[in-house]
Amino acid sequence: MKIYSALASGTVFGFGLALSGMTDPANIIGFLDIRGQWNPSLAFVMMGGLAVTTVTFQLVIPNMQKPVLAELFVLPETNILDGKLVLGACLFGIGWGLSGLCPGPAVAGLAYFDWHIVLFVLVMVVGMYSGDWLTRLLFSAD
Amino acid sequence: MSIYAILGGVCIGIGAMLLMVLNGRIAGISGIFYQSFDGPKHRNWALFFLAGLCLGVVIHLWASGDPGPVFDMPLSTLLPGAFLVGVGTRMGSGCTSGHGICGIARFSRRSIVATIVFMGSAFITVFVQSLVWEL
Repeated sequence: MKIYSALASGTVFGFGLALSGMTDPANIIGFLDIRGQWNPSLAFVMMGGLAVTTVTFQLVIPNMQKPVLAELFVLPETNILDGKLVLGACLFGIGWGLSGLCPGPAVAGLAYFDWHIVLFVLVMVVGMYSGDWLTRLLFSAD
Repeated sequence: MSIYAILGGVCIGIGAMLLMVLNGRIAGISGIFYQSFDGPKHRNWALFFLAGLCLGVVIHLWASGDPGPVFDMPLSTLLPGAFLVGVGTRMGSGCTSGHGICGIARFSRRSIVATIVFMGSAFITVFVQSLVWEL
């Protein structure tokens, strides 16, 4: 059952990415480029998404014993602000600004069968393993 | 166009809600993607969620009759961009979905800081890039 509910969740999520135009890097760059013709759609997408997820996490989940199909809610336990988080987010933002793609639209965008997206996802995997290595190198004392 | 952005955002939120309410998992795509090939054990649900992302795009293509976006970014920005997205999402434990859509909604201090930082560095990157291209 869990794989079908994951498939359904992903399908709704992916449909939302495409409907909102977030799978088009031009819309991301249009939002980030304050010197050009500003495209606010990313802000509307965040508002629409956060309206639903805020109700979910603040009102629905606290009143549930466990997930419908699983034994427990898997939530991050750490609450510490550290250099890893800040440097990682900073590097991610640079990559996002350069390409106009983040992991969700990139993976969903594989459905367009365009070589740019396939290449992006492959290089992103290389980046992920490099990120693990770099994190150990820089922050192993933590 | 903004009505589609809001409706699309609501769909993204509902997808994240379903994954949490049904499976108890946060819809952070970078983490789910990484787990799909490097999990502590084989995570079928992660692969099915990712397949769903693609299926959702296919349904949108079919329903809207829209040909889909034109991808024409040069390799000079695509390659370093993809690499840094990979590095940064691992080091910073998340991306736009995990920190931005789910973490902020959980009122997570880490996710709020991460989202402000990656939004800031993305704005600065595009700003600097637009200046460089004018030279």
